[in-house]
Amino acid sequence: MTNHHPHHRQHSLSRRRLLGGAAALGAAAGTTALAGCGSSAAAGDGVELDYWLWDASQLPGYSEAIDLFMEQNPGIRVRITQMGWDDYWTKLTASFVAGAGPDVFTDHLGRYPEMLSLGVIVPLDDFAPIAEIPEDRFQPGLQDLWTGQDGKKYGLPKDYDTIAIMYDTTVLEEAGVTPEDLASLDWNPADGGSFEQMLLHLTVDTNGKRGDEDGFDAGSIATYGLGADAGIDYVGQSTWSPFAFSTGWAFTDKDTWGTRFRYDEPELQQTLDWYFGLVDKGILPPFGMFGDSSPAQTQLQSRKASLTLAGSWMIGTYANLEGLSLGIAPLPSGPIGHPMSMFNGLGDSISAQSEHPEEAARLVAFLGSDASQEIIGQRGVVFPATDAGTAAAIAAYEERGLDASPYTDRVENGETGLYPLVENAAQIQSIMQPALDDLWLRKTDASSLTAYNEKVNALFT
Amino acid sequence: MSTTTPEATRTPGTRPAPPRRRHRDDTRLALLFILPASVGLLVFLVWPLITGLYYSFTEYAILTPAQWVGLENYRTMLTDPVFWKSLRVTVLYVLINIGVQTVVALLIAVLMQRLTQSTWLRSIVLAPYLVSNVVAAIVFLWMLDSQLGIVNIALQAIGFDPVSFWASETWVIPTVALVNVWRHMGYTALLLFAGLQSIPEQLYEAARTEGAGEWQLFRRITLPLLRPILALVLIMSIIGSFQVFDTISVTTQGGPSDASKVLQMYIYENAFAQYQFGYASALSVALLVILVIITFAQYFLSRAGESDLD
Repeated sequence: MTNHHPHHRQHSLSRRRLLGGAAALGAAAGTTALAGCGSSAAAGDGVELDYWLWDASQLPGYSEAIDLFMEQNPGIRVRITQMGWDDYWTKLTASFVAGAGPDVFTDHLGRYPEMLSLGVIVPLDDFAPIAEIPEDRFQPGLQDLWTGQDGKKYGLPKDYDTIAIMYDTTVLEEAGVTPEDLASLDWNPADGGSFEQMLLHLTVDTNGKRGDEDGFDAGSIATYGLGADAGIDYVGQSTWSPFAFSTGWAFTDKDTWGTRFRYDEPELQQTLDWYFGLVDKGILPPFGMFGDSSPAQTQLQSRKASLTLAGSWMIGTYANLEGLSLGIAPLPSGPIGHPMSMFNGLGDSISAQSEHPEEAARLVAFLGSDASQEIIGQRGVVFPATDAGTAAAIAAYEERGLDASPYTDRVENGETGLYPLVENAAQIQSIMQPALDDLWLRKTDASSLTAYNEKVNALFT
Repeated sequence: MSTTTPEATRTPGTRPAPPRRRHRDDTRLALLFILPASVGLLVFLVWPLITGLYYSFTEYAILTPAQWVGLENYRTMLTDPVFWKSLRVTVLYVLINIGVQTVVALLIAVLMQRLTQSTWLRSIVLAPYLVSNVVAAIVFLWMLDSQLGIVNIALQAIGFDPVSFWASETWVIPTVALVNVWRHMGYTALLLFAGLQSIPEQLYEAARTEGAGEWQLFRRITLPLLRPILALVLIMSIIGSFQVFDTISVTTQGGPSDASKVLQMYIYENAFAQYQFGYASALSVALLVILVIITFAQYFLSRAGESDLD
């Protein structure tokens, strides 16, 4: 799937990435082939663990952290396997069926409920090294996301992510806009507030007219005010969800494990009509204008878009874009009086098939420790789940001249809404994708979601 | 000590008399030769077919045991709008894909036969078929990209608006169909070319002396005599066409708005994204039934088993 999973990964399908992917696949094939014989035939009392992750940009950090783990635990050898987001889940399923999966793996909120119900991941509470971790080590709320309906932990938080606005400082200067202007905007679903005025000002047509100038042609755009990735899904993590949250809306009836979705509520439908209505105003690229080859960061880099919403896991990618002087701004303040961001995080889970669950638990506990979290943080790729790790990440960004506070402020101020942690995620995705495509294609308005919402809710009865 | 044992003294004369010339029974040897292929057939075709049929009557999340649900999956299928849409999308794909491919392949085959003797030219026609489906799909994904694709840059250069080949509900199925025409036309042409080779040259010579033109030769001799091969090629390529998956998986994953969600894509999604292997099996059985019906219908309608050459 290249289109519809903009959770926690990068979209760009550059040639380099392709080749890298091919190499990683080859390597993965090699390691999994070895894993078949390796895990059972460990020499002496040495234990071999397999650890899987999907984010290539986090591989160096985890290699370093796991080297430290092996130094501290001489009897345990950990083999790391990285593969791209799409292959990751297919391979994981196949490996569970074959009984040849990893002992520990990076898990996602959109996926672990399914694994929980299939019984392929184990609760972590009974493992001593994990049980002794104090509740308050992680950012508030993160452990809730990894707690099942039975009250047990099925993943240990390792990082978190929020959403903010990315821009090119030179583009902003050319438009006569200061970073302070950008940081003090408000938004509402009726007329878009000062945020929409800003987007209009930052939209330029092919004749060089800005969106707030006379003679602006919304049908022939050179630079869109707001960029977007090729696929917008039922979560809308870095697209429509911050706006919807800032009306006071939430995905489901409960914070976690909700069973009634709320796509039928007017706040959400108004928000979506506003968001996708930006297409008609020339602010948001129409469906298909930019494919997977031109994700949001590429649109910003090539000046096809002036602003983009981006997850914190993308900071490193944006900062490395050539010819772009990166600035980060907070999301606009919504009807509830402040900005809102989606709050999501990854965790480490232990496979029910692991032959060495005790050692696996030691690895998981280590990855959640400050020692490991600081190593990950120093790489400046994600915000680790602990305070010490987050501090290390903030320092790493500062060193590169980046102020990451638009991301961390949301968590500090409690201005976040949780990623929808529900059962049946794959079915919901399948039901909702055509609905959202239709909105973006401008075929219908968001009142059509009421019917889809009924289908989604029917999954829970 | 040096006496010889009775065995050692056996002379050739004690050998049994040469067998009388009787009908040799090759059955055991034949079975031996067929065995490896049969094992493959049983393990990779017959067994999955049987289990697939069984799973279509179950609810099966692959990691937990299957539970018998009777006809439930089939009832769901009949009222599942996405199934019916995917069926329509698949049929549209097959019509465009097979329609264009057959005409183009026939043209290439005739040209190969009438215009060139060059083996090099003839083999180059097969080149696209040597490219893997996934690679071909990725290359076209980039060439037809709405922003960076060379095709759209060319379109703009001659004054057209860029076409969003992969993201337009109208264009996406024709695009996928034509990409696969490109990949398969050479192979299809080669099969037809082989069929053309079997048409005796005297027929053409005779017709030419009667004053027939190139078009008449084609219509009155080539086409009728090619019918059995053409029918076979059509049956094979329609079966293949109904099973389109890789191109769509690489490029659109069924989007936009399910406009390219062909049946195989929907089956895959149900099985590997949603762990509904039971329902996915029922969908696969439906595809199997459709293909069997179409194949038999075609076989009888086109009299593929008979030739007009006698």
